Order: sequence, then C-alpha cells, then structure tokens
Amino acid sequence: MQSETTRRMFLGGVAASGLVALTPARALALSDAQATQLVDRVVADINKVIASGGSLSQMISQFERIFARYADVPIIARSALGVDARRASSGQLRAYTSAFQGYIARKYGKRFEEFVGGEITVQGTRQVKSFHEVRASVKLRGQSPFQVNFLVSDKSGKPRFFDMIIEGISLRLSEKEEIGAMLDRRKGNIDQLVADLKSAG
Amino acid sequence: MSRLTYIIRASFLGVGLLLSACATVDPEVSTQGVSDPREAENRQMHAFNKDVDRVLFSPVADGYGMIVPKPVRNSVSRFADHLSLPNDVMNNLLQADIGGAMHNTFRFAVNTIVGLGGFFDPATAMGVQRADTDFGETLHKWGAPEGNYVELPLFGPSTTRDTVGLVVDLVTDPVTVALEAPERYLGTGAYVLNKLGNRYDYDATIDSLLYESADSYAQARSIYIQNRRFDLGITSGDAYADPYLEP
Repeated sequence: MQSETTRRMFLGGVAASGLVALTPARALALSDAQATQLVDRVVADINKVIASGGSLSQMISQFERIFARYADVPIIARSALGVDARRASSGQLRAYTSAFQGYIARKYGKRFEEFVGGEITVQGTRQVKSFHEVRASVKLRGQSPFQVNFLVSDKSGKPRFFDMIIEGISLRLSEKEEIGAMLDRRKGNIDQLVADLKSAG
Repeated sequence: MSRLTYIIRASFLGVGLLLSACATVDPEVSTQGVSDPREAENRQMHAFNKDVDRVLFSPVADGYGMIVPKPVRNSVSRFADHLSLPNDVMNNLLQADIGGAMHNTFRFAVNTIVGLGGFFDPATAMGVQRADTDFGETLHKWGAPEGNYVELPLFGPSTTRDTVGLVVDLVTDPVTVALEAPERYLGTGAYVLNKLGNRYDYDATIDSLLYESADSYAQARSIYIQNRRFDLGITSGDAYADPYLEP
C-alpha cells in the first residue's frame, strides 16, 4: 500500500513536471496531478468512513465534513440556485449556502449505508476546458462496478471539486432541478427556501 | 440466432429511423437540454406510475425481497440478464459492432455452459463483463435523434427514440420468438422478478426520488436523460458547462 502510494505520487510528479514543461505559457495553475491528489484524499476519507461502519448520524456528519473540506460548496450551491442567485442578497446567499451544505450532507450521507463494504478507486484524469475530470470506479458488494467522476477546479483559490457525476448523473444538475422546484413551490421566496432546506434531505 | 428476427429487426431499423426523424424537437419547451412538449400528459402518466408503484409494485417487491434470499434473487437477476444477451448480440450486429457481438456471444456461451444456464456469471470473473445494449442505442448509432421526453405507462421515463427501440426489442426478442408458450414467458417472468429485486434493493434511493423530491417528475426526467446520454457515450452535456462562468 505504502509503496503503491509512493509510486503513484512519483508518477503524479512526473506527469506534473511534464505538464508544466509542455504548457509554460498557460496561466492554468491546477495540474492533473493536483486534481488527482484531491480526489485521492476524498476517496481515502470516504473509504475510511465506509470501513468504520458508524451509525447513520455519524456517517452524515462525517460526510458533511468531507463535503465542506474538499468541495467548493459556495459554487455548487450558487449554481443549484441558478439565475435566482443574482437577486439574492449576500446575507441570503450565505444563509442559503450553509443550509444547502447540511441538506446535501443529510440527503447523500444517508446513502452511505449502501456503500458499506464497497471500495472506490481512482482511475485517471483528463482536462476539460478550465477544469479537470478525475474518473473513479466504485465497486459495491455483489454489483458490477460503476463510474463516478469528480470535476475539480481551483478557481476558488484552492483545488476543490464542484461536481460528482455518477454514471452520467451530475449531482449539481440534479440539485439545480430540485432546488428550482423547491423555490417554485415557495413562489420564489428565498428566505422560505432557506428555512425549509434546514430540515430537508 | 434466428435469421428471421434479424431480418425483421433490420427492416424495423429503417422504420425506426423514419419515426425518430419525424419527432420534432421544439427548443422553446426544453429544460436542461430536454425537449418535453407533452409535459402535461407526461405528468399525468407519472402520477399514474407513482400510484402503481405505491399500491402494487413496491409492496410486491417488499414481499419478494423479504421471502426470497439475496443469493437467489441475484441468480434470478443474472438469469434475466442472460436471456437478454441474444437480443444484445442482435443489436451489436445491427450497430456493426463486431467486437461487442463477440463479447456478448462469448458471455452467452460461457454462462450457458459453465454458469448453469445463466444462473451464474463466470464470464465476469473471466473479465468479460456485462455490456448490454438495445434497439434505442442501435437507432442512436445510425443517427436517430433523441426526440422528445416521454413517460411510458409502467416502463417509466423514455424518449421518442427509445420508445421505438423498446417496442422493437419487445416484439423481436430472439428468446421470445424462438420459444413456444409457456417457455417463452420465462424471459418475461425473469425480467419482472429482476425489476422487483431492483425495486427492493434500491428501495431507499427510489423512495427518495419518487416520494421525497419537490418535483419527482422533473427529477426522474433529469436523471433518466443524463444517465441515458451517458450510456450512449454522449459526454458533452450540461454537466461540463463551467459553473464558474455563470453570471
């Protein structure tokens, strides 16, 4: 395990130096290796949570920590709110982002039970436009493996993932649809949305 | 594989392409790149499907899941997958995907002989994993557009193209065509049991989608379309639009 990690870091380093040499003039700060490294850490943390087999509420809070630490929560939340984000005050946006984080943690943290005994492995990285896509494979007990891709950007200042795409299904786009529907039901009232998000998921 | 069904299938390909070409896509009514001009009717069908799920499908799935142990249910699922392989091979051939046809023929041979008629899956252990396809994908490969979003009775989310595909797959399935009654219902039985098993195994996820979302119709539509496009190898969707560039 240790030697494998070292080897991967070595290869990552080689790839990174190669990339720098090939693209000296690009202002792009994030490398494939850095993007992979971020997802490696996410995956290691998730695998740890799965292996620990804690209670549901423990898993949810552990998932929220991982989400807050490695994901660009403000951009995911803002994107899910869509054009309505433009008319929100900065106070509303702050309250909404924090409610959104808890909502995502509860909604997807619950799913962690299904992952117990499973394993995630990072497979490769490619650059898409200004960001990177890191491909991973998830193997659950008694099921054929499925694909999870992480979209990573450093436009927030640090490498962070801003989407998780499971077999083509984007968390960000699905939540955009859901948050949009919630807001419609509340006749566009953002404060009401924030209040209800705190208990949703 | 029956040559007759292959010929029927090939002629359907032409008809299917024509039908799909006739499906007009109105960009005015599309959300997240999905065309849904019959949304009102689709929503009624969605409500019907949810009723069927609540009063019939989900309770029966619970019964099936509780009575039949997991290893047996898995065997039934493998058998259902196995019986769809001749249909997969047929579509591989129609897609001019010789590699895929060989892959699935190999799976069928190995799992029939070593896998005791398809109840076990030694082919996957040998590295030849499930790679299913359908006539909707065949139509896609030959350039048929997706068409409009459709929610079908019982089958759920689909598109104009994939509805044509589903009908052709159902009518010309080699296993159904080759077998006489009552054996021909074996495939249908395994198919239904497989669906029940999935409903039971993914109960929490499906319940959350159908009964906990603010708009289960819109969620189902979005998830189906994203996943279907991914299966067809279309990877340039909205998910890859840079959210940092949104105003």
